[in-house]
Amino acid sequence: MQRIGVFVCHCGTNIASTVDVRVVAENLKSEPGVVFSAEYQYMCSEAGQKLIIDAIKEHNLGGIVVCSCSPRMHEATFRKTAAAAGLNPYMVEIANIREQCSWIHKDKITATQKAIVLGRAAIAKVNLNAPLKAGETPVTKRALVIGGGIAGIQTALDIAEAGFPVDIVEKNPTIGGKMTQIDKTFPTLDCAACILTPKMVDCAQNENIKIYSYSEVDAVTGFVGNFTVRIRRKARYVKEDICTGCGLCTEKCPQKKVPDEFNLGLSNRRAIYIPFAQAVPKVATIDPDYCTMLKSGKCGVCSKVCGVKAIDYTQKDEFVEEKYGAIVVATGFNPISVDKYDEFSYSKSADVVTSLEYERLMNAAGPTSGTLLRPSDLTHPKTIVFVQCVGSRCNDERGKSYCSKICCMYTAKHAMLTREKYPDTDVYVFYIDVRTPGKGFDEFYRRAVEEYGVHYIKGMVGKVIPHADGKLEVQAADLIANEQIIVNADMVVLAAAIEPDKSARSIGTMLTASMDTNDFFTEAHPKLRPVESPTAGIFLSGACQGPKDIPETVAQASAAAAKVIGVLAKNTLKGNPCVAHSDEQMCNGCSQCEKVCPYGAITYVEKEYRNFDRTTIVRRVAQVNEAVCQGCGACTVTCPSGAMDLKGFSTKQIMAEVDAICK
Amino acid sequence: MNNNEMREEIIRRTGADPLKCMKCGKCSASCPSYDEMEYHPHQFADMIARGKIEPLCNSESLYKCMSCMVCNERCPRGVKPGALVEAVRLIVIRQSGKNHLSQDKIPQLLNPELPQQAIVTAMRKYAK
Amino acid sequence: MQVNETNKEFRPQIVAFCCNWCSYAGADLAGTNRLSYPADVKIIRVPCSCRINPMFVLKAFGRGADGVIICGCHPGDCHYTSGNYFARRRMTLLFSMLDYLGIEKERTRLEWVSAAEGQKFAETMNSFVETVTKLGPNKRLEDIRCKRS
Repeated sequence: MQRIGVFVCHCGTNIASTVDVRVVAENLKSEPGVVFSAEYQYMCSEAGQKLIIDAIKEHNLGGIVVCSCSPRMHEATFRKTAAAAGLNPYMVEIANIREQCSWIHKDKITATQKAIVLGRAAIAKVNLNAPLKAGETPVTKRALVIGGGIAGIQTALDIAEAGFPVDIVEKNPTIGGKMTQIDKTFPTLDCAACILTPKMVDCAQNENIKIYSYSEVDAVTGFVGNFTVRIRRKARYVKEDICTGCGLCTEKCPQKKVPDEFNLGLSNRRAIYIPFAQAVPKVATIDPDYCTMLKSGKCGVCSKVCGVKAIDYTQKDEFVEEKYGAIVVATGFNPISVDKYDEFSYSKSADVVTSLEYERLMNAAGPTSGTLLRPSDLTHPKTIVFVQCVGSRCNDERGKSYCSKICCMYTAKHAMLTREKYPDTDVYVFYIDVRTPGKGFDEFYRRAVEEYGVHYIKGMVGKVIPHADGKLEVQAADLIANEQIIVNADMVVLAAAIEPDKSARSIGTMLTASMDTNDFFTEAHPKLRPVESPTAGIFLSGACQGPKDIPETVAQASAAAAKVIGVLAKNTLKGNPCVAHSDEQMCNGCSQCEKVCPYGAITYVEKEYRNFDRTTIVRRVAQVNEAVCQGCGACTVTCPSGAMDLKGFSTKQIMAEVDAICK
Repeated sequence: MNNNEMREEIIRRTGADPLKCMKCGKCSASCPSYDEMEYHPHQFADMIARGKIEPLCNSESLYKCMSCMVCNERCPRGVKPGALVEAVRLIVIRQSGKNHLSQDKIPQLLNPELPQQAIVTAMRKYAK
Repeated sequence: MQVNETNKEFRPQIVAFCCNWCSYAGADLAGTNRLSYPADVKIIRVPCSCRINPMFVLKAFGRGADGVIICGCHPGDCHYTSGNYFARRRMTLLFSMLDYLGIEKERTRLEWVSAAEGQKFAETMNSFVETVTKLGPNKRLEDIRCKRS
């Protein structure tokens, strides 16, 4: 039996207000093995930790139980404390009496009783704890960034800057992401392309960065420090290393009616295309859905005009396998489809556009070369209505329950730019709330109202009725004036909610990185570990974690890079010592564990054993690779002979906990 | 019934939670009989949430609502303003113990501005 | 404890097994958001729902638990990629066997709770405790040697 010390934390009043900590400490003192018990205001504070260290030394404790907050919060802290006192860090158990007791119960007696039971279970467990030592594994000094938008670019540049090689996997033919489609950026109104394209070029020229454009992550195995990733390089039917990006083929291709996704279908491109002039890599790509050569074998114009013979119609998808130490997810966002909002007539009228489409209509490289024209008849709109919160803060299945965060600012930007370029235009913005926290953001919005005379109306648009004369009748509520108003508009712009990119779900599954109900990646801690996924070695950058504007995205991207550098700078990583191990004497060699192990950590070896009668037999027994085992415990339950057990969560320990709870 | 009891009753009957309202006004923006109403759909949600139900009970708005339920349909928060209006109307009708409309009154009510559907719904619902 | 007379005061003994990555975090979130559920629920942390040996469940019932609930990550979200699928298969078998032995199906439950679903965790626990309370104490597998006082 261990000599156990029990430490009960008040957590200020967080625990002490509903749990009688003194009674808990008193009661637990009489548990088997407990030789010391104490309570203190803040166990995690320096004084609290000193109390633990002193007690361990003074009472020669072999194991400690801390009754405090969740082990997810401070288990690591107390393990370090134990180590500082010369105790094996894995001789520490936490009884969660805050999140799972004091915070959810109001009655002091019930809460105290429950806290005692939880403490008792932890004591029962620690009695059976054994000292564990973490194994070490080498770190592959290369990082992978999934997604080549501004988030991925910034992360990659920062990692490369620190001297580590980094690969970007981008599913589109060029890196750059959503920011390439944006005209100006708030609140300073500098041109997006002017600040983004130099970064794209930096990526291409940095010798530490390798760009896999038009590629997707196909499979991921391994763990922090040692990921193996298979990348699918989609066939672009153009030899990337030969193509000079001259663009001749994109002018000669006879297939002219392909909706240009870069302009959101507002214009057409050819079947062979370079997304936009500053694309990186500047290489043509053939769209197999439209190319007549690929579909029917008749054409071949691009191949004939290509001066360097870069076209290759026989190209196939290729797979590359690479090892990485850390992976950054930067899969970004997309505006939601507004087709379901019949009341706004988006699918009925070409003059009802989304904000991203409006962005293209304002952009000098856009379908109208920067002149604001109505898509239907190419005339100048005189009255423009902006509708905010289309799909945001919406509890039904059409929209998203969260605030998309960026719409208030970009709508103010659109309204302001429109008034600046075309002062004869009337601009209305219908809002529910204007949310502009951020440096210089509220001033920006006020400028739109005060200097540019944008009509901000508190209220929502109820419906948009397209008339035969091209006018759009907008029926809306003005909640301040308490009246229903009708605006005859020429254009309606919908600030569509944003959602995570569709690819995020499958990538999350591949990486076993957890996601919330909206498919945003969850962070390891919402406040203190905002750029890490709970899965070790996976980091989050940009809007894949939640709606974000550009400055925030860049800040998070650099933060993620810093965390990656932290991993890559180490030569070895300490593993999790709570791994499976097999009792070779008991193993009957049935191979069941090998089949269930998701990591392939179990192998079978033939070993010679000596019998009592001095004869020897050769038996096939399971062996666990401790560096690969992640400690899920699937094998322990599968094992029919009970030879497999999990260190730190052994069958005996959990049984003891069940016993203590049901006592 | 006092205001609080009425509020509880309305919430129970409609299954709607007026506290979910974020005052976007989409209900009122969609309302076809907005101009006829003294209190508008969004005000119903707000006033019921705050327990100011008596003014609603005494308002003609209850009968100007066409029960087209477009507000229920468009509400992004599932507040169901139309159902709230209906619930208040039901409280009034049940309290007074009689129908609000008698057939004789209809000719005077005919108003070119007011869609006849409003009167027809009223008849359908309250004439027994 | 007398079954019929004191059924009103009867508080069930519930053991909840929660996987470390999703459900335990979900339980923590329920706490952080102060969403209450009965104190009868005691949580045991396991690395993954696939670590839960059917023996643990039997042991709990043997020691006088009135209900056992197992929580894991949503299908496809398992931190160890496939652990919750193992748990689902094992527990489906175990629960139907327990049902056959006379432990009502309602006393056992397998529920997916993610780290973001504090609300769901509290709701699940509330409904489970309610169901088990209605069923009353479990006597079937109880080892009379460790009878509760």
